[in-house]
Amino acid sequence: MPLERMDYWLDIDSSLEELSGIAREARRWIVRMTHEAGSGHPGGSLSIVEILTALYFRVMKHDPENPHWEERDRMVLSKGHGAPGLYALLALSGYFDPEELLTLRKLGSRLQGHPSMNKTPGVDMSTGSLGQGLSIAIGMALGSRLDRKDNRIYCILGDGECQEGQIWEAAMAATHFKVDNLCAILDRNQLQIDGPTEKIMSLEPVVPKFKAFGWHVIELNGHDLKELLRAFHEAETYKGKPTMIIANTVKGKGVSFMEGALKFHGKTPGKEELEQALRELGGDV
Amino acid sequence: MEWQMKNMRPGFGEALVELGQRYHNVVALNADLSCSTTTVMFDRAYPERFFNVGVAEQNLMGISAGLAATGKIVFASTFAMFATGRAYDQIRQSIAYPKLNVKIVATHAGITVGGDGASHQMHEDLALMRVLPHMTVIAPADYWETKKAVLKVAEVPGPCYIRTARTDTPLIYDEDYRFKIGIADTLRDGEDVTIIATGLMVVKALEAAEELKELGISARVVNMSTIKPIDKNTIIKAARETGAIVTAEEHNMIVGMGSAVTEVLTDHEPVPQRRVGIPDVFGESGESEELMEAYGLTVENIVENVKIAVEMKR
Repeated sequence: MPLERMDYWLDIDSSLEELSGIAREARRWIVRMTHEAGSGHPGGSLSIVEILTALYFRVMKHDPENPHWEERDRMVLSKGHGAPGLYALLALSGYFDPEELLTLRKLGSRLQGHPSMNKTPGVDMSTGSLGQGLSIAIGMALGSRLDRKDNRIYCILGDGECQEGQIWEAAMAATHFKVDNLCAILDRNQLQIDGPTEKIMSLEPVVPKFKAFGWHVIELNGHDLKELLRAFHEAETYKGKPTMIIANTVKGKGVSFMEGALKFHGKTPGKEELEQALRELGGDV
Repeated sequence: MEWQMKNMRPGFGEALVELGQRYHNVVALNADLSCSTTTVMFDRAYPERFFNVGVAEQNLMGISAGLAATGKIVFASTFAMFATGRAYDQIRQSIAYPKLNVKIVATHAGITVGGDGASHQMHEDLALMRVLPHMTVIAPADYWETKKAVLKVAEVPGPCYIRTARTDTPLIYDEDYRFKIGIADTLRDGEDVTIIATGLMVVKALEAAEELKELGISARVVNMSTIKPIDKNTIIKAARETGAIVTAEEHNMIVGMGSAVTEVLTDHEPVPQRRVGIPDVFGESGESEELMEAYGLTVENIVENVKIAVEMKR
């Protein structure tokens, strides 16, 4: 991992093959580790794989050899139940041996059911109780600005999570404090535990909502690495406002029977499901 | 007894300004109560390090946590009700669990808030904060102890809760007072009973000890300003040497300082204990002193409980 920010935007196309491979590998680990754990959230982990891959393998300045490096960019996984996705990318980045992923949720493991910053190398903030991450990311952005650092803060939000009032307190504060070193990504996979977000408590129209709160908003396909890399670069260069990337995604992406399937929000694949998932994702079963 | 009165809250504001000068990484946050909490003093001195988040206590705690994650010593302030009640989950998940360096300094704690009534009278904060792992909990007794406590906690990394009152309070200490986290201050020695008090009840305990002297009862008075970690040694020593304990606090009698003392006695030195505090009820509007009278936070009530505790020894 380089210690300076990469100039990935100069030739985005040349990154795509490598990043697609990493994303596929991350998905294989997500289904394996959640199967092994017997509980957890595969659906919302699979939906953020490309976002995390772009961040940890191109966009973010970070050092797996030195997780507490003060100059690093930081990432707050506000939708903490996407932990298996985060852990997969941290392991593939080199923060720890990928085999450790199979200890997820087991007693004594460093890989808690939801992210814990004091247990897992590379986790920048403990999360799990929804709605809190955006506020924390604002605090980090203000802290970096006070220190005149050039590091950037990323925050991945769930769409169901945006029903929490604190998200909107934070949405207001981010533009009030003009933290343009903050980029949030909304994983718009349209599903929450009880059903479609629009049926449970509608979030639409979400783009005008964030625009009205004063954000620079980019809407894109959250599984398209090219669009993601372009958007992250646009966010880096956009001054005066924080950026909100509305990433349209598919819950359970990459595994046919998990895609758009509500039950895989909080249910893990059984043995046969695991084998089918691994076959679909390519490589050894 | 004659007391000089002084509000505790400027002790916080003045200490914060001192800290701002001493440490470049001290920041302060507020939720639209910067005058009432006195953090406005810090805003005037170091505006670039002061953040007012508006009426949004959950966001207050979250932004504080994020700032602490980048190495800041963070002071977050609002009324005790909104700090510990409204934003309890944010304190638990984003500050206590990740063990971040956020000092929550709450003002307007307890029934002495007065006229605002039950919606603003926080009698549960010590309980809510002391059950959180990693949390240090402090209830100063006067202006000087507030100031010294705020200065001291900045030196120790980790989450901390300090509660202060709205009303003017008698001065017990002076500038030379040395506050130590987790060490109770024995203000008066005695042999028959120990009154362990915190916050505004410390002065009542001292007055009760004076009255008890007239009745031939020698009462030790301890200011238990750190509720967590509680000073076990002082409690055990008091139990062994005086044989009976009376606790006094401006807090719900459930799970406050008195209960913390009970826990130590139960485990180490069971002796008779009586508790003075607010019964398990919500408050109401009134003047501070009237309310203390109405809810049993009085010298007389301490004296009565001491008599019972001493009787229980036999």
